[in-house]
Amino acid sequence: MDIRRFLFITLIIIILIGVVVLVGSSQVSPATIIVSMLATTVAVATPLTLGALSGVFCERSGVVNIGIEGMMLASAFFGWFAAIYLNTILGFQPLPSLLTGVVVAIITGGLLGLLHAWLSITFKVDQIIGGTVINLLAVGISGFLNRQLFFEKGSIFGGQVPHAPGVLPRIQIPLISDIPVIGKIFEQQPIAISAIVLVIIAHVVLFYTRWGLRTRAVGEHPRAADTVGINVYKMRYWNVIIGGMIAGLAGAYFTLESVPSFEPLMTNGRGFISLAAMIFGNWSPFGAWAAALVFGAAQALQINLQFFRTLIPPQWAFLQQSSIVGLVPYILTMLILTGIIGRTTPPKADGIPYEK
Amino acid sequence: MEAKQGQVNQKFKTRIQRWFASSWSALLVPLLAVLTAFVVGGIVIAMAGGNPFSAYLGLLEGAFGSTKSLSETTVWATPYIFAGLAVALAFKGGLFNIGAEGQLALGAVASAWVGYALPGLLGINLPTIFLLPLTVLAGVIAGGIWGAIPGWLKARTGGHEVINTIMMNYIALNMVSYLLNGPMKDPNPLNVIARTPEIAESARFTPIFSGYRMHWGFILAILIAILVWFLLWKTTLGFEIRTAGANPDAGKYAGVNVGRTIVLSMTLSGMLAGMAGAIEVTALNYRHELGFSIGYGFDAIAIALLAKSHPLGVILSAILFGAMRNGGTRMQFLTQIPVDVISVIQALILLFVAADAIVRFIFRIKAREERVVLTRGWGG
Amino acid sequence: MNTNEVILEVRGITKQFPGVLANDRVDFDLRKGEIHALLGENGAGKTTLMNILYGLYQPDSGEIRRNGEVVKFSSPKDAIAQGIGMVHQHFMLIPVFTVTENIMLGDETVKNGLLDQRTVAALVRQLSKQYGLEVDPQAVIQDLPVGVQQRVEIIKTLYRKAEILILDEPTAVLTPQEVEDLFHIISELSHQGVSIIFITHKLKEVLAIANRITVMRNGKVVGTKTPQETDEAHLAEMMVGREVILKVEKGPAKLGDVVFEVENLSVFDQRGLEAVRDVSFQVKAGEILGIAGVQGNGQTELVEALTGLRTPHHGSVRLGGFDVTASSPRPMIEYGLAHIPEDRQKHGLVLSFPVADNLILCTYYQQPFARNYIIQNKAVDEYAHRLVEEFDVRTPSPYLPASKLSGGNQQKVIVARELSRPVKLLIANQPTRGLDVGSIEYIHQQIVQMRDRGVAVLLVSAELDEIMALSDRIAVMYRGQIVATLGASQATREGLGLLMAGLQIAEA
Repeated sequence: MDIRRFLFITLIIIILIGVVVLVGSSQVSPATIIVSMLATTVAVATPLTLGALSGVFCERSGVVNIGIEGMMLASAFFGWFAAIYLNTILGFQPLPSLLTGVVVAIITGGLLGLLHAWLSITFKVDQIIGGTVINLLAVGISGFLNRQLFFEKGSIFGGQVPHAPGVLPRIQIPLISDIPVIGKIFEQQPIAISAIVLVIIAHVVLFYTRWGLRTRAVGEHPRAADTVGINVYKMRYWNVIIGGMIAGLAGAYFTLESVPSFEPLMTNGRGFISLAAMIFGNWSPFGAWAAALVFGAAQALQINLQFFRTLIPPQWAFLQQSSIVGLVPYILTMLILTGIIGRTTPPKADGIPYEK
Repeated sequence: MEAKQGQVNQKFKTRIQRWFASSWSALLVPLLAVLTAFVVGGIVIAMAGGNPFSAYLGLLEGAFGSTKSLSETTVWATPYIFAGLAVALAFKGGLFNIGAEGQLALGAVASAWVGYALPGLLGINLPTIFLLPLTVLAGVIAGGIWGAIPGWLKARTGGHEVINTIMMNYIALNMVSYLLNGPMKDPNPLNVIARTPEIAESARFTPIFSGYRMHWGFILAILIAILVWFLLWKTTLGFEIRTAGANPDAGKYAGVNVGRTIVLSMTLSGMLAGMAGAIEVTALNYRHELGFSIGYGFDAIAIALLAKSHPLGVILSAILFGAMRNGGTRMQFLTQIPVDVISVIQALILLFVAADAIVRFIFRIKAREERVVLTRGWGG
Repeated sequence: MNTNEVILEVRGITKQFPGVLANDRVDFDLRKGEIHALLGENGAGKTTLMNILYGLYQPDSGEIRRNGEVVKFSSPKDAIAQGIGMVHQHFMLIPVFTVTENIMLGDETVKNGLLDQRTVAALVRQLSKQYGLEVDPQAVIQDLPVGVQQRVEIIKTLYRKAEILILDEPTAVLTPQEVEDLFHIISELSHQGVSIIFITHKLKEVLAIANRITVMRNGKVVGTKTPQETDEAHLAEMMVGREVILKVEKGPAKLGDVVFEVENLSVFDQRGLEAVRDVSFQVKAGEILGIAGVQGNGQTELVEALTGLRTPHHGSVRLGGFDVTASSPRPMIEYGLAHIPEDRQKHGLVLSFPVADNLILCTYYQQPFARNYIIQNKAVDEYAHRLVEEFDVRTPSPYLPASKLSGGNQQKVIVARELSRPVKLLIANQPTRGLDVGSIEYIHQQIVQMRDRGVAVLLVSAELDEIMALSDRIAVMYRGQIVATLGASQATREGLGLLMAGLQIAEA
């Protein structure tokens, strides 16, 4: 990541935190606000980090995936459904139900990844259209099943929305949780922690292993990879499936870690924003993470402002409405795509089906 | 002389035959895609515990069962035609406008505002002949601006229109939500819904037949579709749009101002989507209500792809989608299968249209047409 | 080393592509340590045959024998396992990877689950020493000159223990000096027992280096000769199937006024590096100025800057006395610029459009093709039919998409479009690349005709023969600069070759 983009990221995060500090400092000490903002940032950046990582795997192998949004949404639904089903109908304890839900979400994402791979690699469908198919399919299926399974009279829950088994508990990582301030920031729930771990793993895999070398080769110059006996299709298939599984984990965040409920369209564009994070992060795991944190901070701003709503002067009150302050991530995304904060280079064969 | 006449007849006949043959082959794959989607959709319904046959019967009855339902189908199809044309025109220009949703919503809001507020602001009662066109125009312009911005960003900075139009959707929908809950909320003390006041009488289209909701917007939509077809294939501007879309490098080489053409295509596309919103307000609802237009912009993508981006095909596929949406309510009433299943079937239609290789494989059809190419990297 | 031991044998290979019989019962054999040239025109089937030998394509019928045993290659992996290596015409290197990463790709050394770059780099150093192929294992490919990239490709095959090396048009992108180096490397390899298949369409190279020459035409093998048995004219006849006039008929130039004037032009490429540096020249009406140079010495960027496709950052361009520096293409086209672009599928044609629309690509908005912004189908139809006939474009209908035409006919569509307008300046960049001899002759005639009609012609070509046959004056481009400009009569192959390699002639 070049210095310009790094500075930009830092600057934006400081500004966003600064706003909340300014507003709330008369009630709460700045240090507390900063720690709270950072902790919220890391937490709410989770689906964006994972979404961007999903994009990194797909696009490093040469497949554009704008279906991440849909993969997240469908996984959020099926993960949640599995957890509730286990908990309510089969009588499992909440924690095992939730963990199984996470696994189901990952599998759902993987299957949608497989579908995307099938469309874009085998059938060479335009990858943006393929991704759109997945997005629409996810909206349709999750909306339909949500209504059919939970609200219809003849459904398994008898038309009663059952009690959710709660959300995944916070975990304390030995050593790190003992560090004074940092420990507080990284006292997170499991999916948030695993997102950070996955960033590190993805970095090592992509740049230091045989798998990564071949993945990048296939995304840069598939014919060259083909001529040294690498199976381009197979590499792309697996990377898109892995990408789908990571998007599935991101989906699990919504219904199993963040809130214990499902709502149609609840991913709310996070899948698309994570693509912007991936682009801004130059298709590298750490870059993507850093960019995801910016968006996370923007969202943390919205959440933390809620605590201080009484402190905001009335003439500025409209800014604090979710439909106004909520615009920040979207505008930020468009700003980033203009390339005024440094242009990044996609893998050369990104989006181009490979013809033997 | 007679021989010549016969020759001419013969020539004419083969031309007709060729035309039918070519239209048939153009229609065949989309038709089979729709069929396949319904079959797979039926499986989904069955798996979720419903009876697909009664569901589809209900759907048919609801869509075409009576003059009333026919009228309702055209009501549904109208915004679909406009929005489908919006996406199709952008496709022809090599652009993927996922932003029809937001352009449509903003168009509706702008239109509604002019419709209810302008007479008051001017302090006079404008006659229909002025106010109605102004009201529609407001929506068209709002949509056009909302389309032009991502177009300009693409031409100027290379920022990919797919992500930008999606972002513009969220921005538009948030703005609309803010406006309808705040400054533009219907001040009637009984109103609890996020909606605008009703537009002035003189800003409205009249119904075509009394007792039916079918309105002039449907006729207008068909006329606009023909106009778009004419624009794309018979004018120099259309030539430029298609050239910039099919091969921007060659376009630049040939002296076409590709950047300007991109902005123009996106503006026209946004205007069409804005018109969809404006017509909903002026001809149907007489106001705009939050959440009313959700999903139109996304359905429009499927409609345009099903029509292979041909404006006249858009009419047909919009009617199909309108019929499904309209019939869906009846289906839900009769079979308790949620109307949301329509979204699943529509997504499946898109799937089989996009991956027509699957359909060709299932039905053993050879030959293939040109492929839509949109992915030209992120350029960011 | 050159024994008679046959190590690779191809018998009756046939390969059909949609519409083309690319290989028709081809027989071919290779001996140990031999340099065997495979000669043929573009589209003769050489590359198809080699792709079959390398496992990229599977033949419809026929067999391959390695050391007498029948082998089947279902992927390059099988071919590599049989000791076959291939250096493709377009290098199969990943530009953003290092030399080591490129060489190990597909055959990686792994330690503790991670890539072991150090071991591979050491092996690369050892190989480069053994065969005299100098490279830095840590260098990133996109920073290396083409000649060095080619060496990396060769090391890549040796790293995989190749005994048979296929070189597909290896000299196309090299300077004459680099070609010399390559020939040294090839003979060194052959001395160490590596057998080499050398694919080319250049007669002189074949006679200079090959032990045996097999000629292909229209997918068939025409014959196999040794250099001693044959000469250039004979080989050319075998290649084309008829006598070839290697010279273009043209009278002396009738010079007019200066039409095109370029002064101190500098242009950046995609990566922001200066690809054209301080270039100046003039072209007069009625003359052909040829710009010679090895590919990638700034010609592409120069032509793009001259035709309005790229903005120069310094200098000026004047067309007919008007300043057109950084002008968009349209005013120049309207003034009388005709441009035959280097990449016909990227710039020259909209492949999905019918031939007719491609013929009016630059003039669709002008009378009679459009009136009041409405396209006049009848006028377009008449014009398209006329041009298709006049320029002998082989297509069943002018409404067939351009993508369905052969390369030669696609180029004819472009030539027809560009030369059927009132032309004052013709800029032709690599106008005959990848075409068959018939089309080449036709396009050469057209270019000379334009000159004789008083058009100023700027011809850019990497084919020295083409430059020498057509030009009245020759400018040589090297690393973005014009290093010399000569009258056609002063120019010799050898002299131009040295200039193209960046070596100044003593007296110049």
